[in-house]
Amino acid sequence: MTFWTGMDCFRKKERELERKLRANDREYNLSFKYATNAIKTSKYNPFTFLPLNLFEQFQRIANAYFLFLLVLQVIPQISSLSWFTTVVPLVLVLTVTAAKDATDDINRHRSDNQVNNRKVQVLIDRKLRSEKWMDVQVGDIIRLENNQFVTADLLLLSSSEPLNLVYIETAELDGETNLKVRQALTVTGDLGEDSEKLADFNGEVRCEPPNNRLDRFTGTLTYVGQKYPLDNEKILLRGCTLRNTEWCFGLVLFAGPETKLMQNSGKTTFKRTSIDRLMNVLVLCIFGFLAFMCTILAIGNCIWEMNEGSQFMIFLPRQDGNNAAFSAFLTFWSYVIILNTVVPISLYVSVEIIRLGNSFYIDWDRKMYFARYDTPAEARTTTLNEELGQIKYIFSDKTGTLTQNIMTFNKCSINGKSYGDVYDYTGQRLEITEHTETVDFSFNPLADPRFMFHDHALVEAVKLEDPEVHAFFRLLALCHTVMAEEKKEGELFYQAQSPDEGALVTAARNFGFVFRSRTPDSVSIVEMGEQRSYELLAILDFNNVRKRMSVIVRSPEGKLCLYCKGADTIIYERLHQSCSKLMDVTTEHLNEFAGEGLRTLALAYKNLDEEYFNQWKQRHHEASTELDNQESKLDELYEEIEKDLLLLGATAIEDKLQDGVPQTIEQLSKANIKIWVLTGDKQETAENIGYSCNLLREEMNDVFIVSGNSPEDVRQELRNARTSMKPVEDSMFLPERTLGKGVKVIADELVNGEYGLVINGHSLAYALEGSMELEFLRTACMCKAVICCRVTPLQKAQVVELVKKYKQAVTLAIGDGANDVSMIKAAHIGVGISGQEGMQAVLSSDYSFAQFRFLQRLLLVHGRWSYLRMCKFLRYFFYKNFTFTFVHFWYGFFCGFSAQTVYDEWFITLYNLVYTALPVLGMSLFDQDVNDVWSFQHPQLYIPGQLNLYFSKKAFFNCALHSCYSSMVLFFIPYAAMHNTVRDDGKDVADYQSFALLTQTCLLFAVTIQLGLEMSYWTAVNTFFVMGSLAMYFAVTFTMYSNGMFLLLPSAFPFLGTARNSLNQPNIWLTILLTSILCVLPVVTYRFLLIQLCPTINDKVMFKVRRAKATPAPPPLRTRIRRTSSRRSGYAFSHAQGYGHLVTSGRFLRRPALSASSGFANIGRTTTGFSPMGRSAGYSPTGRPQNAKVPDVEVTSLQMYRTIRDPVF
Amino acid sequence: MGKVKGKSGPLARRPDNSAFKQQRLPAWSPMLTANTVLPFFYLMALICMLLGVWLLLTVQSTQEIKLDYTEAGTCDICFEKRKNVSNAAQTCTCTVVFPIKKALKGDVFFYYGLQNFHQNLRRYMDSRDDGQMVGRKTNLKNPSSYCEPFTKNQNGLPIAPCGAVANSIFNDSFTLTYHGSSGPSIRVPLLRKGITWYTDKNVKYRNPKNDNMTLAQVFEGTAQPLYWQKPVYELDPLDPTNNGFINDDLIVWMREAAFPNFKKLYGVLYRASQPFTKGLPAGNYTINISYNFPVQYFQGRKEVVLTTLTWFGGQNHFLPVAYLVTSCLILLIAILLTVAWWKFGKNGKRMEE
Repeated sequence: MTFWTGMDCFRKKERELERKLRANDREYNLSFKYATNAIKTSKYNPFTFLPLNLFEQFQRIANAYFLFLLVLQVIPQISSLSWFTTVVPLVLVLTVTAAKDATDDINRHRSDNQVNNRKVQVLIDRKLRSEKWMDVQVGDIIRLENNQFVTADLLLLSSSEPLNLVYIETAELDGETNLKVRQALTVTGDLGEDSEKLADFNGEVRCEPPNNRLDRFTGTLTYVGQKYPLDNEKILLRGCTLRNTEWCFGLVLFAGPETKLMQNSGKTTFKRTSIDRLMNVLVLCIFGFLAFMCTILAIGNCIWEMNEGSQFMIFLPRQDGNNAAFSAFLTFWSYVIILNTVVPISLYVSVEIIRLGNSFYIDWDRKMYFARYDTPAEARTTTLNEELGQIKYIFSDKTGTLTQNIMTFNKCSINGKSYGDVYDYTGQRLEITEHTETVDFSFNPLADPRFMFHDHALVEAVKLEDPEVHAFFRLLALCHTVMAEEKKEGELFYQAQSPDEGALVTAARNFGFVFRSRTPDSVSIVEMGEQRSYELLAILDFNNVRKRMSVIVRSPEGKLCLYCKGADTIIYERLHQSCSKLMDVTTEHLNEFAGEGLRTLALAYKNLDEEYFNQWKQRHHEASTELDNQESKLDELYEEIEKDLLLLGATAIEDKLQDGVPQTIEQLSKANIKIWVLTGDKQETAENIGYSCNLLREEMNDVFIVSGNSPEDVRQELRNARTSMKPVEDSMFLPERTLGKGVKVIADELVNGEYGLVINGHSLAYALEGSMELEFLRTACMCKAVICCRVTPLQKAQVVELVKKYKQAVTLAIGDGANDVSMIKAAHIGVGISGQEGMQAVLSSDYSFAQFRFLQRLLLVHGRWSYLRMCKFLRYFFYKNFTFTFVHFWYGFFCGFSAQTVYDEWFITLYNLVYTALPVLGMSLFDQDVNDVWSFQHPQLYIPGQLNLYFSKKAFFNCALHSCYSSMVLFFIPYAAMHNTVRDDGKDVADYQSFALLTQTCLLFAVTIQLGLEMSYWTAVNTFFVMGSLAMYFAVTFTMYSNGMFLLLPSAFPFLGTARNSLNQPNIWLTILLTSILCVLPVVTYRFLLIQLCPTINDKVMFKVRRAKATPAPPPLRTRIRRTSSRRSGYAFSHAQGYGHLVTSGRFLRRPALSASSGFANIGRTTTGFSPMGRSAGYSPTGRPQNAKVPDVEVTSLQMYRTIRDPVF
Repeated sequence: MGKVKGKSGPLARRPDNSAFKQQRLPAWSPMLTANTVLPFFYLMALICMLLGVWLLLTVQSTQEIKLDYTEAGTCDICFEKRKNVSNAAQTCTCTVVFPIKKALKGDVFFYYGLQNFHQNLRRYMDSRDDGQMVGRKTNLKNPSSYCEPFTKNQNGLPIAPCGAVANSIFNDSFTLTYHGSSGPSIRVPLLRKGITWYTDKNVKYRNPKNDNMTLAQVFEGTAQPLYWQKPVYELDPLDPTNNGFINDDLIVWMREAAFPNFKKLYGVLYRASQPFTKGLPAGNYTINISYNFPVQYFQGRKEVVLTTLTWFGGQNHFLPVAYLVTSCLILLIAILLTVAWWKFGKNGKRMEE
């Protein structure tokens, strides 16, 4: 980001240090030459397109190289090939790229035009006029209406809503779907919508220069001699949408390219795959090799010219009396032209086409389409496909990625009885599936229809008026900070701070204890159809230390009661001795729940003595008005009253995993992919999810927990972990090697057994410090699974960078929220989960799909195939081009190193473009070793990709050797067979043209057969391509060598009659057969021996497939493993401090529609907007897509908390 | 890239369920198994063996006589004479005597061969104008720049045919005489026409259109190549239709050889009269050579080759031998592979994971 700001600053002649502007004063503002609101994301216009585009294209090394070749070819002394051999491919490549660029740019023009021509009302000459967006200027006052996009970065002046508030949706900006509040200054708010007043407004703003910080703004407004500070709360940014606000006025501060949105839209760093990088190295090697070959040939030429050429001068005088050395110099360049095919220009084009094709497969895959959200998978980047087949590390977010961020009330234990399981008549516990019968809540008109419960016993207990059960649900209905909203009678909608709370309150609602509404000092619930109002005396709020929350209420009967819910360990410490027996039973239940990965809470209550309470309340009041030590005093008070509680039971909430997450993780870990979960959650929660999604397993030898609070502790814990994994420490020989630039690469260390690592947020902060990062990395990389808890977005990126820095491994980050963006951008490949939260993660990702489980298909099927195809393509492509080129090298020794080509020039031109292009493309688009079902069955097939086995420097070297052999066969066999031969009628067949034809035909047969050997999946298309290309070769050859073509252009088609006169000779065909056999022989032998002696995993699976001759049965569905673990989940409420004080303080106010029913009036002015931390917590049970665009924006939690300065305590 | 389709409804963006898009195209997946590879190898060994034997027999049935006449017989005088460029205009003839011990049966082909003459140098090969040789009038008077420095003569007249290739035409001529054991010496009749590719003679080389003009008139205003003694329209004094660009010897020469050692057809034995109806009978022969072509500049050799042919062409032993060697190689590898398969891969034990 800073880089781009930097760039912007450079671009400007003088850096803007401070922005000054005056409202309604265009002349004054124009003097600063601020950008207008017109944006331009397009690069070209019709006139600049050709030069600019060409300039850009020739910046690519390959294109520049071919341009250089073209220049060489124009020099007659050097030109060994006609110009068209280079021009035809080059023009083709340039045209294809230019066409692509042009369509992209046309689209950008279109969207620019669309945006620039949007209308907005601008105050001009004291009147509101509808203007185009692009005509808006800095200092203009504009009027926005509901659901309109914000035109530019505005200073909010006034709005229709009370207190000059506006609501904006920032989804396009930061991906958060919840509404945010902005509030104008009172002094400007008083302007209202009076255009006269607004037109007279002449405030002067001084503020920061344009930048890309979305969350920060500093400036001052000077109006009528007064100075007012401006901050982010008064700014509307371009890209937001106005919601729930009839109108508002704003003063344009930044326009067009200077808006924060546009400043942020700088290109993200261009990602390249490791194959790309390898290819760059190889191309450099090839250049070196090319120079080497040319030098040898040039030296050869020099010697030849000295010995023989000088004597041959009588027949072929040298031009201008050049000497042998100069001739060698020219020959060098001539050979550079001839041998240029070792760096094939069409390689780059083909690679792009292959990647594009494989990206389309991802888009088209039905098995990665999620019907519920109507979301197909999307390859947003088309250049990274093969890297998907090489992933070694996956960094995953938890909430919304592994889990659905949906909490369901699953089980409970009430008074020693466990509810929630379903048993059949024999007493066997049944697995709960979609088809299990659900409990009918029709007796309760206020029940939430989406709530599902399967155990009928609990409803029976409620109906039987079991007092404990009633108390249990009453507690759930009373002890929380949820807000209820009733738009229509009986249609309740809960706004909970965390989904857990929502789930609990919804459960109580369905079981007949409906939380209906609240005021600051009362809670209304409908208890089994009967409306009751409890006086809310105190909320003892949740925080991370207390891990519990309590409410003190007075029932309509006048009984005082404290209800408490919290982490079981905490509650247990505060229970009355009398419930020790119940504690034991409940503990058992809790263990069972925890073992299933459920989040548990213990519930307890206590009847209070009126007198004691009054006294306590008095002290509480004193404490809360005290200035210093207020918090600790309050804590003490809370501690005092929350004791001798009576246990009611426990709840178990399922943090619903997405479908197929455990299976996916198991598959991926079988594929030797290491999965690190980076979550903002607490350690207990994260650990629990780790277990329930199979990341951590009971079978693991150990799971280390690092939670030290000082650097020394953390270091020690990491060391201990490592010693217990690998007792023999060989730190003296730390397996590392140094790459260039002094960056070390840490090799993987082998350990016996499987280990897991859980590291806490504060420990991670130490572990990521420079001195300890290696320690951390080594330990973490020895573990199978790593979970980092309480991680900030920045740390997520740091962890990814750490692994990228020291491990030569490909990383993938997957996440769904704005907090994952940093890590998605940092990793080699970023995957966004679409459809849950905002679009931010998806927008910055390379691939996106709707469900985590699609990741295994993306990697194990698409990634693997892409990698396989790309590697096969590259190996084959290098083979065919090297073979093609080396033949020239050998011929050099027979033609006096005179840079004479072996083949016809037309063959050289068309070889890569026509004769061999389609078969290899077909292979790279269709090839698959085994189909997807088998790929899933054998995730080990993925491992070769991680180890770069299919294409590496070694593989490349082997290719070159193979080519060398083939080219020798292809040159020397025809040479020996032809040099002394004549046709069957005695006429010439050893002439140059016949020899050229023979060699090129042999070559084409050899490379085609080689392709056939490479290809393991012959579809009809492949067969057609292969046969078609051969047929094409003969068709084109006969055409080019025909009378008509020759008579048309005698000098361009001199091979007249060669095909007819030599291809009818049996010895020609016998030569072709012999070269084909000799080219294929070693390949088949080598491969067959390899399969027999040391088969690779691919061979094994393919062997199995052949044996099975049918698709294997789908793997048996894994039943959920029940663990009887002592691991206890903690109080897994939201991450932030609760906002109980807001609920009780009365400093909130409802939306007008609701304020009436709650009987709560507007009594003051709002001071600040309230923005909850963390994720939006709109409680959504199952099935309701949160991202569904709702035309009328729902009331979100934000709007219900317009706080009011009116403390109660 | 999610394509916007015309569909609507809940599954509007669902991808098509086509075999192509879902990568389920039916396909044949071959694999290198013992069942296919081993029989294939044995079969190939057998085929190569049979081919090799057959070709060898065929090639053995041909006969070939090679005679290097560079300095042979009386030609050493001419050889010395040609060393000096100033003697280029002087004629020199010499004779070489050689025996044929076994009669050459059937059609006998007479070749001249050159060694170490690089007709395949790039600049040499390019130094010609196909447009001129196909009779384009503009090219006749204005030869392509590729012909440099043989485009124009000292007087500035365009050279026809231009270029280094035509300039360096092989200009020795031969007469072969048969000295039977009895009877007089008989000059061996050689057919000197029909020795080019049909396409060359009829399409690729044409004289400029001559609207009732003689060939000499057509070529008026052009010069003969520097090293030539006669202009192009007088190459064959015996047959006026074999002159100009369509002269057979010129066409044969213009088809450049791929390698520095090559032979080119000079004539075919005319088997109309005795004693040559069955070929060349055994006996002594002399070749009268008009020795013009200098080879000592490039350390070359000149030779004459007499050979009979089969469907397979001339006497080239390479292919038969190569096939036999390949056959043995394949057989060897096949046995090796069989052993490897038998010992290791037979039961698919190594295929277990």
